[in-house]
Amino acid sequence: MLNKRFLPLCALILWLPLNIAHAALTIEITEGVPGALPIAVVPFGVEGQGAPPEDIGAIVAADLKRSGRFAPLAEQDMLARPHEGREVNFRDWRVLGVEGLAVGKVRATGAGQYTVQFQLFNVFQATQLAGYTIPTTNAELRRTAHQISDIIYEKLTGEPGAFNTRIAYVTAAGKAPTQIYSLQVADADGHNPRTILNSKQPLLSPAWSPDGTRLAYVSFENKRAQIYIQEIASGKRELIASYPGLNGAPAWSPDGSRLALTLSKDGNPEIYVLSLAAKTLQRLTSNPAIDTEPVWSPDGGTLVFTSDRGGRPQLYRMSVNGGAAKRITFEGDYNARGVFSPDGNQLAMVHGTGGQYRIALMELKTGALRMLSDRTLDESPSFAPNGAMIIYATNENNRGTLAAVSVDGRVHNRLVLQEGDVREAVWSPLGRRIMLQPDPKP
Amino acid sequence: MKSSITLSAKLLLLMLPAALLIGCQSTGTKSGESAAIEDKSSGAATSAAGDAGTFRGDALDDPAGVLSKRIVYFALDSSEVTQEDRATVSAHARHLAGNPAAAVTLEGHADERGSREYNLALGERRGNAVRQLLLAEGAATKQIQVVSYGEEKPLATGHDEGSWQQNRRVEIVYTSRK
Repeated sequence: MLNKRFLPLCALILWLPLNIAHAALTIEITEGVPGALPIAVVPFGVEGQGAPPEDIGAIVAADLKRSGRFAPLAEQDMLARPHEGREVNFRDWRVLGVEGLAVGKVRATGAGQYTVQFQLFNVFQATQLAGYTIPTTNAELRRTAHQISDIIYEKLTGEPGAFNTRIAYVTAAGKAPTQIYSLQVADADGHNPRTILNSKQPLLSPAWSPDGTRLAYVSFENKRAQIYIQEIASGKRELIASYPGLNGAPAWSPDGSRLALTLSKDGNPEIYVLSLAAKTLQRLTSNPAIDTEPVWSPDGGTLVFTSDRGGRPQLYRMSVNGGAAKRITFEGDYNARGVFSPDGNQLAMVHGTGGQYRIALMELKTGALRMLSDRTLDESPSFAPNGAMIIYATNENNRGTLAAVSVDGRVHNRLVLQEGDVREAVWSPLGRRIMLQPDPKP
Repeated sequence: MKSSITLSAKLLLLMLPAALLIGCQSTGTKSGESAAIEDKSSGAATSAAGDAGTFRGDALDDPAGVLSKRIVYFALDSSEVTQEDRATVSAHARHLAGNPAAAVTLEGHADERGSREYNLALGERRGNAVRQLLLAEGAATKQIQVVSYGEEKPLATGHDEGSWQQNRRVEIVYTSRK
C-alpha cells in the first residue's frame, strides 16, 4: 500500500534526470576538410519592433561549417557588414579570399511574425546566385535558417542540402536496473530535442516513415520486443506487431505503405513484409539461420538483410517478392545492419574484422569496401537524406555517443549529450519546406 | 514553538526525497526481473548461516545447490551450451519435471559488439538452445518462456572481454516455483 502511494512520486523523481539529459545534444567538428570553400555569412540585420529570438546568420554559418564543405569567415575578420545587395562592395570580400557571400535581414512584421530576406553572391563574378524573401514565425525561425543553409549549399555545391532535417535517437539515463530510456527527436544540428517516449525498458531501432511524420520502433515496455508506430506530432501510437517471440527491425517501404520486419513467431527470426493498410503479413525468408535487419532499396524492388546462414552474419539481397537471396558481402567476418544510400548505389554497414566493429561503405556495383570510422564499437549507420553524411553510434570514454562522417570519409563530427548514453540515431527524410518568394531585386 | 514546527516541516521536506528514493529502490528490486541480483543477496545471507550439506527447505533456495546457478554463459556469437553448464541446465530440467507447476522464463542476452537487432536474434537463439535442453530432459513446453533482450541489459557494463563474457548469457528466471 505504501509503495502504491509512492509510485507517482517515484515517477516524478525518475523524470528529473531526463530533463537534464535531453537538455542539449551539441555537435563538434572533430575533423574538417582542408579544401573547404571560403565563404562569408554576414550577421543578419534586424528591422522593426521586437528582436528575433534566433541569430539566423550564426545558424547558417554553423550549418555550413558543420558540413565540412565550407569555411565561413569569422565575424571579427569582416571588413563590412552589408545586409542587402546594394550595400555590398565586392572588393571588401575579394581581398579576404571569400568566394561566396550571404547577406540578409530579419524584419519583424507583427507579434512573433517575421520576414527574412537573404541574398547569395558569387564574389569574384559579382553576381547574385539566389535571393529570397521568406515569411516566418518565432517558432519557425531556426527552420527558416536551415532552409537558407540548404539553398546556399545547393547553389554552391550543386547537391541538395540536408540541414532542414531532424534526427531521432534513443537515450539511456541512470544506472541499471532503474535506467530510463527515451526516444527523442531533435533538429539535425542537435537543437530542439523533444522526448517522444519514455520507458523503463529498452527502446531500439527507430525508423522514420518516408513522409517524416511517424516513427516505427521496438519497445520492451511489455517485457519483450514489440513494434509500435507513433505519430510524432500527436504522440498517438499503435502496437503494430506483437507476435509470439521477437518483433524487431522495422523498415518502411519507400512509399510508406508497408513495413519489413523480423518475426520469430514461426520458430526463428525471419523477414516478413506487413502491409500497413490491410494488415496482411507475407513471409519472405525460410531458413533455420538468423535473418534480420531488412532494409529496402530506394526503388522499392529489393531488400538487403543480415543473415548468418553462411556461418557468420553477412548481408544478403533478395526481391521484395521473396525468392532466392544472394550474398553481397565477403570481406571481414561480420557485416550487419546494411543501409542504402539515397541514390541506391552504396550500402553502409557495421563491418567487423579482428574484433573491431566499424562503419564501412560498399559500392554495390563493384563490391569495393571503404572504412568510414575507426573506433571499435561503431554501429547503426544512417544516411542524411542528401547522401552526404552518415550518422552512427559509437563509444567514447565508456559512454554511448553519436558521430557523423561524410561519405568521402574526410569530415568527422561528434554529437555529444551532456549526460547518459545516446545511440540508435536515424536521420529523417528531407524536411517540410517553408514558402519561398524569389526576391525580385537582382 | 511556531518556528520549531516550521523547522521540522522543513526537515521533513528535506528528507522526503531521500525517503522516496529508498522507496523507489525497494520497489525496483522487488519487481526487478534479474534472478542474478536476487541470488547474490540471498546467497550472501544464508551461506554465512550454515553449511551446504544440511540445507533444509526448498531446493531452489539452497545457496550451495546446483539450482542456485541460474546463468548459462556462451562463447562469442555462439548459442551452444558448454559441457560445464549442461549440468546446471539438467538440474533445472529435473526440477521442472518434478514440479509441474513450476515455470521459468529464459532471458537470452548478447554482448554489445555488432548490431543490436542481430544481437536480439542471437539472444533468442541462446534462450532457445537452453529451452531445447530443458525439454529434452523432461521439462514441459508450457513451463518455459523465452525472451531475448539482446545487448540491451548487460550484467557488466565494461567494454572488454571480461564484461562481454558475463553478458553473453541466458538467465533462468523462475516465474512460478512449484
